[in-house]
Amino acid sequence: MNNTQIVQKSLKKRYAKERRFKIYGVFSIIVSLAFLLFLLVDIVLKSTPAFTQTYIKLDIDFSYKVLNIDPKPNYTKDELFKSSYRNLISKALYQLFPDVSSRKQKRALRKLISSGAQYHLRDLVIERPQLIGTSQSVWVLADDDIDTFFKGLIDRNLPEADRRIKDIQITWIDKLQSKDRIKRQFNASFLTSGDSREPEQAGILGALKGSLYTMLVTLLLSFPIGVAAAVYLEEFAPKNNWWIDVIEVNINNLAAVPSIVFGILGLAVYINLFGVPRSAPLAGGLVLSLMTLPTIIIATRAAIKSVPPSIREAALGLGASKIQVITHHVLPLAMPGILTGSIIGMAQALGESAPLLMIGMVAFVADIPQGFFDPSTVLPVQIYIWSDSPERAFIALTSAAIIVLLIFLFLMNLLAVLLRNKFETKW
Amino acid sequence: MNNNDIELNQQLGKTVGNPLVDGIPRMSCQSVDVFYNQDLQAIFNVSVDLAKNQILAMIGPSGCGKSTLLRCLNRMNDTIDGCIVTGKIYLDNEDIYTSNIDPVLLRAKVGMVFQKPNPFPKSIYDNVAYGPRLHGLMTNNSELDDIVEESLTKAGLWKETKDRLNKPGTGLSGGQQQRLCIARTIAVKPEVILMDEPTSALDPIATATIEELMYELKSSYTIAVVTHSMQQAARISDRCAYFHLGRLVEVNDTNIVFTNPEHGLTENYITGRFG
Ligand SMILES: Nc1ncnc2c1ncn2[C@@H]1O[C@H](COP(=O)(O)OP(=O)(O)OP(=O)(O)O)[C@@H](O)[C@H]1O
Ligand SMILES: [Mg+2]
Repeated sequence: MNNTQIVQKSLKKRYAKERRFKIYGVFSIIVSLAFLLFLLVDIVLKSTPAFTQTYIKLDIDFSYKVLNIDPKPNYTKDELFKSSYRNLISKALYQLFPDVSSRKQKRALRKLISSGAQYHLRDLVIERPQLIGTSQSVWVLADDDIDTFFKGLIDRNLPEADRRIKDIQITWIDKLQSKDRIKRQFNASFLTSGDSREPEQAGILGALKGSLYTMLVTLLLSFPIGVAAAVYLEEFAPKNNWWIDVIEVNINNLAAVPSIVFGILGLAVYINLFGVPRSAPLAGGLVLSLMTLPTIIIATRAAIKSVPPSIREAALGLGASKIQVITHHVLPLAMPGILTGSIIGMAQALGESAPLLMIGMVAFVADIPQGFFDPSTVLPVQIYIWSDSPERAFIALTSAAIIVLLIFLFLMNLLAVLLRNKFETKW
Repeated sequence: MNNNDIELNQQLGKTVGNPLVDGIPRMSCQSVDVFYNQDLQAIFNVSVDLAKNQILAMIGPSGCGKSTLLRCLNRMNDTIDGCIVTGKIYLDNEDIYTSNIDPVLLRAKVGMVFQKPNPFPKSIYDNVAYGPRLHGLMTNNSELDDIVEESLTKAGLWKETKDRLNKPGTGLSGGQQQRLCIARTIAVKPEVILMDEPTSALDPIATATIEELMYELKSSYTIAVVTHSMQQAARISDRCAYFHLGRLVEVNDTNIVFTNPEHGLTENYITGRFG
């Protein structure tokens, strides 16, 4: 056999190996894609009910008597704020179903409407005081059980004791439907309000803003500190020095520390020692920075290491000082890698809930945070809170919140990709 | 030590020829030793002068320490961890390793073209303009344009690149990249230019351009050039140094080295029996 024949013989084997390897690769990609798709479809399907909400049309009589207010040309906001709006709704309901008389039935009737509807009416009146004394048709928010039923998620054929909605309420809903007084509408309040104990009033904006502020603090702290630390360790720190080695080992260990430990540390140091407000995005950002820093430092060091030494030599040979070499060449060339590492760290931080539980970001916060010092929660913690709530409508809200979290993540990644493309150098 | 080593050590001995030049040399190495770490010595007791407005060619087999010595002349070896240089190296009678001269300033005065072309991943224009911008050698943009054009012309690259100055320098061919690196170095107008095999990646025509350039530059600069081409060394250099295993074996006027070498190793090398 000559060489050509030997090579030819092994060639077949080599190609077969290559083909097998390709098949493995394609197979694993298909499997992981299938999992991802399954997950996404599941979440999207589960979340759809959360994006619409049931409203009931009531003929509200904004009479002075029910509002307990005297007729006059002008009202102060305070006066309007204090009036009783719940009665407006009850009155309208009794009017709609005049044959309801027993106390028990009346209570069931009032339960059709969300407890938040009265505040909607209040806001309406404060915005337009001229409504007082008139009668208006208003679409008001239905209670979450009614909403769930109307969306077909409660079986009407179940025995009455087994469902959260009574037979008589079903007849009322049917009646409302025949009169076109009940409808589903896009749930705008999900995106514009904060958390609530009542699922039909609960929104994601509070957690979204909380996450945004927390991420901002994390980014502003961990990116510059991480990059500076990495540049020092890579470019300036003396080599073969024991305390530099100690720092290095510690940074690598820090990246592997369970995140809840950072939460305990944050509680002890930031909140108890330095008096950072509990539950605030500032505290959350400080804690998450501890987690993100090692990731950014390690990624930045790797990116700096991968800058070819010939580029440094070229710049040094032309008389650039060390810091000029770093700012003119090393950092720009390392920037794509630095951004990739930072975005991985930030994505981890965005999805982190354990350490934030320790610093009180799990508290129920109905108000939307307006800054870095307001009590707030974050998206993953909100998801955790909702998934733990008993009301059926929270299942959909949980999935909807996951979608919001994923979109947030996607936008962050998109930003990173755009920045990376901007900094990418063509060799 | 085995017999071969002893024999070699006897052969290498002291530098023969004429390491010193008449008058004040522009640069001068005296008893230079270079260690890459404790047990790896790359240069052994080398003394040699670089005369003003002359070209010194450094020849020798691969790995004999030519690049190492060249990199000592502008303290590029400072950037290598664990690299230690002992002995004295003077630029205009100033010891560049002990005196107050700043390595950054030194490298602006002693420019270097590296063995492997290493353009920045920036445009051709920015590559050449980098040094002048760094040192503020111009007062306005048109002056910078002039410097770029002049440098590229001298390096024989202007014609090929004048229409694509904004294209990345890394998109040029290997030989063009090396000429770009030469243009980048001369744009700073250094006093001494160190060239590490500047033409090893070039075709004969481009090589001729560079050799002409060196010849032209000689009138205002001092040049040290490492080369593997005997013909090139013979053509362009005024003096020639032959290195072997980290020792400077022989250094003398180029025509003497090539016509009448004193040392047997030198003769073997230039006649092609070694290396
Ligand atoms: N950065 C370094 N670290 C350790 N040893 C090195 C380093 N650079 C060079 N050396 C060693 O020093 C010796 C001289 O190397 P140098 O690069 O100076 O050779 P050269 O004469 O330029 O060779 P060539 O003609 O192949 O370029 C070699 O044995 C090499 O292995
Ligand atoms: Mg070399």
